[in-house]
Amino acid sequence: MIDTSVILSGLRLDNPVIPASGTFGYGNEFREFYDINILGSFSFKGTTREARFGNPTPRIAECTQGMINAVGLQNPGIDRVIAEELPRLRSFFHKPVIANISGFSVEEYAYCCERIDREEQVGLIEVNVSCPNVRHGGMSFGTSPEAAAEVTRAVKAVTTKPVYIKLSPNVTDIVAIARACEEAGADGLCLVNTMLGMRIDLRRRRPVIANTMGGFSGPAIFPVAVRMVYQVAKACSVPVIGCGGVRSARDVIEMMMAGATAVEVGAANLVNPYASKEIVEALPVEMERLGIERLSDIIGAVE
Amino acid sequence: MYKLNDYEILRNEPLTDAVWRMVLAGDTQYITASGQFVDIALEGRFLRRPISVCDYDAATLTLVYKVVGDGTEQMSRMRAGERLELLTGLGNGFSIGEEVRRPLLLGGGVGVPPLYNLAKRLLAGGLPVQVVLGFNTASEVFFADEFRALGCDVTVATADGSLGVRGFVTTAIAERQPDFDYFYACGPLPMLRALSEAVEQDGQLSFEERMGCGFGACMGCSCKTKQGSKRICKEGPVLAKGEVIW
Repeated sequence: MIDTSVILSGLRLDNPVIPASGTFGYGNEFREFYDINILGSFSFKGTTREARFGNPTPRIAECTQGMINAVGLQNPGIDRVIAEELPRLRSFFHKPVIANISGFSVEEYAYCCERIDREEQVGLIEVNVSCPNVRHGGMSFGTSPEAAAEVTRAVKAVTTKPVYIKLSPNVTDIVAIARACEEAGADGLCLVNTMLGMRIDLRRRRPVIANTMGGFSGPAIFPVAVRMVYQVAKACSVPVIGCGGVRSARDVIEMMMAGATAVEVGAANLVNPYASKEIVEALPVEMERLGIERLSDIIGAVE
Repeated sequence: MYKLNDYEILRNEPLTDAVWRMVLAGDTQYITASGQFVDIALEGRFLRRPISVCDYDAATLTLVYKVVGDGTEQMSRMRAGERLELLTGLGNGFSIGEEVRRPLLLGGGVGVPPLYNLAKRLLAGGLPVQVVLGFNTASEVFFADEFRALGCDVTVATADGSLGVRGFVTTAIAERQPDFDYFYACGPLPMLRALSEAVEQDGQLSFEERMGCGFGACMGCSCKTKQGSKRICKEGPVLAKGEVIW
């Protein structure tokens, strides 16, 4: 009997497949394609205290085996997410959802996490520390162990649900930041967010993206993500959600062997709306092929 | 409602140096309005290519596209018999109001194609259809005869005056003074803006933006409107004149 279930800090998922924040909205767009209850869970669109339009367009650029986005955290704000998105989600998604929270100050993170912590359908809070800290010259919280730990402590103080910190790969030593979050009380870690990238329009001699730079994602970053998951999982004892360039059941298994307990699927959802569904369905087949009976057995199994 | 499906290329032929017509066979049941678009997966390209639907019937759909980059260049090399995977039925498309009596269709360059099926629908509803098509130069003109064959009253404008009215779509309107009570427009942003300012009548405008997914998930193509932020791929590409913020 094949068992695809995994457990994230007490939260049991039927399978480890989680569409990543920013590629799945609040679930609504994908229900037109398939019943999203087959997923392990999904991480909803990065939500902030205030509603945000985000950056000017164009904010998408294509790359070889990937894409750059500079959406800039467009979202309706925490009030409307709680008042409108979550009630609507309840009508078609019957599993705990992962709440992705962003902020531009420690207070904003704490405020949003405290609000979302009270929502019954939220099973886990994922804190995106890749946003710029407006009080400290716009440097991302996720690039400094101290700042990442400060956010973690502030959020843990006001929440009861598992708190996972989603780490940026745009750092010299991701292990140091992961450890700082763990020591500050993080229940788990999610890595990696997008890598900073840029494309240039050769005719116009200008950046393709209005914001000049953006987050690079897609299959091209998969090996970097696997490496970072491996390093962090070895150094930390809390569960890791692997993320970055995953597009197949084999990628999910590879990420888990590197040390991930669950795996997020991002850009793949945008080019094939059925990507996450196809991965969920292919997992048991791949497990059988590889002689894996219980998926949780392979977490960190790389020798 | 939309769907991912395979389509067979029946024809793929140039209309001008840069504009091609591709006719595909396959399921068109999810296309419900003129001005909707499809999102095409291309071998070796990460993102799909959003292309507006020029025309469709129960079993085929016609795309008229301009070769502007690697993806559309790749499309132009494809032959009859090859297959493409498409997401269809994307976007809102043009809506045809009951009160419209004398519609004017305004197309600029590669913005012309989605107006073709719209013209057919308006004509089928018994309305006289006037069309103004703008291009840079005579060699870039396409589809004027196709609109005439439908029974539309067609005016062509070229920026260099090599065919028809010298100037833009707005020049042609000023010169010819067409009698219309509503307009439908698709073309480059400067054209849409100029005609929105020049024309008193109400209308609908179809916009273009770089897209990630094409079905509302990535928020890549958002734009600000008087009714809040809208996704060009989902609540667009067609916006009412009154809601556009220029």
